[in-house]
Amino acid sequence: MSVVDLQRTCKPADYKSAVKPIWCPGCGDYHVLMSFTRAFAQLGLPPEQIAVISGIGCSSRIPAYTNCYGFHGVHGRSLAVAAGLKVTRPDLTVVVASGDGDGYSIGGNHFLHACRRNIDMTYVVMDNRVYGMTKGQPSPTTEPDFDTALSPGGTGLSPFHPLVIALASGANFIARCFSGEPNETADILVEAIRHPGFSFVEILSPCVTFRPDEKEWKSLVHPAPVATTNDPARAARRIMTDDGFNIGILYRGERRPYGPEFGAQAADLAELECEFEQ
Amino acid sequence: MSPKASLSIAIAGSGGAGALTVGNLILEAASAAGWQGLLTRTVGPQIRGGEAAALIRLAAGPVECMPDQFDLLVGIDWLNAHRFGSEIPLGPDSLVIGDPRGGDRPDNFAQSGARIVDIPMKEMAKAIPDGRPNMIALGIAGQLIGIGEEALDRLIEKQLAGKGQLAIDSSRAALKAGYAAAAGLELGHRLPPPAARSARRWLASGNETTALGAIRGGIRFAAAYPITPATEILEWLAPALPKVGGSLLQAEDELAAINMIIGASFGGTPALTATSGPGLSLMIEALGLATAAEIPIVVIDVMRGGPSTGIPTKSEQADLNIAIYGLHGDAPHLVLAPQSVADCLFTAQWATYLAETLQAPAIVLSDQFVGQARAAIDRPADVAFIGQRARQTEFGETYKRYALAANGVSPMALPGARGGQYTADGLTHTEQGTPTSSAVDHQSQLDKRRDKLDRFAYGVHWATIEGDGDIAVITWGSLTGAAREAIDRAAHDGVNATLIAPRLLSPVQPDQFAAALKGKSRILVVEQTHGGQFHRYLRAHYELPGEVRVLNRPGPLPIKPGEIHAALTKWRT
Repeated sequence: MSVVDLQRTCKPADYKSAVKPIWCPGCGDYHVLMSFTRAFAQLGLPPEQIAVISGIGCSSRIPAYTNCYGFHGVHGRSLAVAAGLKVTRPDLTVVVASGDGDGYSIGGNHFLHACRRNIDMTYVVMDNRVYGMTKGQPSPTTEPDFDTALSPGGTGLSPFHPLVIALASGANFIARCFSGEPNETADILVEAIRHPGFSFVEILSPCVTFRPDEKEWKSLVHPAPVATTNDPARAARRIMTDDGFNIGILYRGERRPYGPEFGAQAADLAELECEFEQ
Repeated sequence: MSPKASLSIAIAGSGGAGALTVGNLILEAASAAGWQGLLTRTVGPQIRGGEAAALIRLAAGPVECMPDQFDLLVGIDWLNAHRFGSEIPLGPDSLVIGDPRGGDRPDNFAQSGARIVDIPMKEMAKAIPDGRPNMIALGIAGQLIGIGEEALDRLIEKQLAGKGQLAIDSSRAALKAGYAAAAGLELGHRLPPPAARSARRWLASGNETTALGAIRGGIRFAAAYPITPATEILEWLAPALPKVGGSLLQAEDELAAINMIIGASFGGTPALTATSGPGLSLMIEALGLATAAEIPIVVIDVMRGGPSTGIPTKSEQADLNIAIYGLHGDAPHLVLAPQSVADCLFTAQWATYLAETLQAPAIVLSDQFVGQARAAIDRPADVAFIGQRARQTEFGETYKRYALAANGVSPMALPGARGGQYTADGLTHTEQGTPTSSAVDHQSQLDKRRDKLDRFAYGVHWATIEGDGDIAVITWGSLTGAAREAIDRAAHDGVNATLIAPRLLSPVQPDQFAAALKGKSRILVVEQTHGGQFHRYLRAHYELPGEVRVLNRPGPLPIKPGEIHAALTKWRT
């Protein structure tokens, strides 16, 4: 890549496609898209070297709105698609986009194992604490008293704590962002993408249609008061005791990322059949 | 193959008695002597212990099914042998050798009219320091089959090389004692001497040849979730793939496995997973995604008894319906089935080639019988099918990933190629890949996916068609060998039949099928399902002329060549 090429691709607009988002006016995900394109521009990555992988839901629509290679698969399986891609194409920058339903409910098992496997990728979950695309059902992060047609009077269930789960499962980088702060979010995404291994970035992204109360998040979020730690015990205590609106990089681990050792190309496939020969 | 052209031996014993070791040694020694053969195991679901039997059939030519009855049964002991008694059919010509102190011999063995001979294997072994009864049994079998004692002697030395001289010496002494004990005995017939070997000889299971075939076809990534009876494919690939620049990833479940291979293939790496019925059920949604997003993948389903957990260690052909019809929406994809251990190599390679060429998922319906059977075969000929995906590397103003090409196959951009950026999508999309709910785009993309499969020329490999009788025996998969043998035997009785065994089950080939059925007045459909799935499939897609009969049975008992032979010869017009 020449210097001219790099300059050409360094504007956020270069990472945005012409496809018009289907999101509601005021949706937090518009800002997340903005953070994506700003982060990619800051990193100076050629758009064709980035793959944005997603599942199903409002947030999972994001790949087609970028000018990168995109993959919009089935509900809940984005991390598995991304794992297969990154292991076979380590040259690519792989960013996975998900939501609280896609990522924590139907895709919950893959979340655990992606953290544990620690393949070098960045997992962005746009958490609005509701299923938006199917019009307002409770998700794993929804408060217990949130009244919906599917859960009259609320679920009565404790919300899932994704950051704690990520830490316990072995994620190598854990951050919380707020979509309403796209520049800060872009900065954190840059750090997450640069950090080797599995980086998990939870972005609080309000659903203005089914959770108008989330407009309040703007006044609730605040920067994390303490510096990033690489000590999982300390990170666990902080994450479990904070108010859920602590914004910043909360944990930065030092685990070695997973990567298969590729053998040299065998001169001849005939070698493989040796064990059949009598 | 006439019943006298082969020799079939069963070695039975309780778990740990070493029956399977004996079976493997017999197959290997017979193969070294020039015979071909097939070894299947019948084991209980126990991880260790329980019962085990090795079933071996040997002949001068290819062996692709088990016999109507066994010539020799050696019971190292009879503990739990009643559990698989029905899987070792015997007759008046059979010889049963057992240890009088080896427990109660199942009644059905004697009821068959078989000759019963007692040899005190346990006692004989005791007279040898560290002697084991299974090596006595090996000697008995070797003597009766006509394998030279030196050949087994050498094999024991090779196999036990790491276990010390005492182990080798005691096994040799036991082998010798076995040969001596059986010296005065004769089987109903001897095995014709093997032909001079013209080709290199392979000893391999169908699961192993499937894995090699897939690599030869271009597979360089596999995602693995263990399941009986498919695991050996994945275990064979794990060390093999890195040797050719590939890799394998163990998945957390089958949902992850199939999505991992879709991700790898999206990046340009031909990819495979292997599973069995329960796993295939979990993969179905993503198979639809691969169809819609036009991402080539290969899924090997080594079928077992179903539904649900069913009989994991036994064979059945009852995943046909889910493989062909299981996907939601209109989702054309490839379904293929190998017909023998040797054909697993070809079919897996061809499936990979077709998936890559047609940018579509391919399901390969292998089964427990062919997958876990171990065969001594001539090395199959090399074939030239190597997956070559149509790729685009130069791009104009707008790249249309799903362009409506005449043959339905639109060149694919791979991540990293500048100007080719697109989003692969399970949503109905335009030619560019942009999501849409337009009726025109939906129709044209459905047409595209159907046409690319329907318009492709699959050539002669779509089916095995042999003979020219007016009866057609239509079967598929691992039953092909039994049907071939039955037709061969019926010809000696003056009944001429044609074998038709489609290797390509989807897309269907109506013109070729009609040509194969031209002039047939009777059709015998043979399948290993309870519900007659293959018969219904044939009825749905093909015109079946004349009278149609169906010979179907679920697993676990294999359909024997004699049953098909009887159905042919007793069919009076």
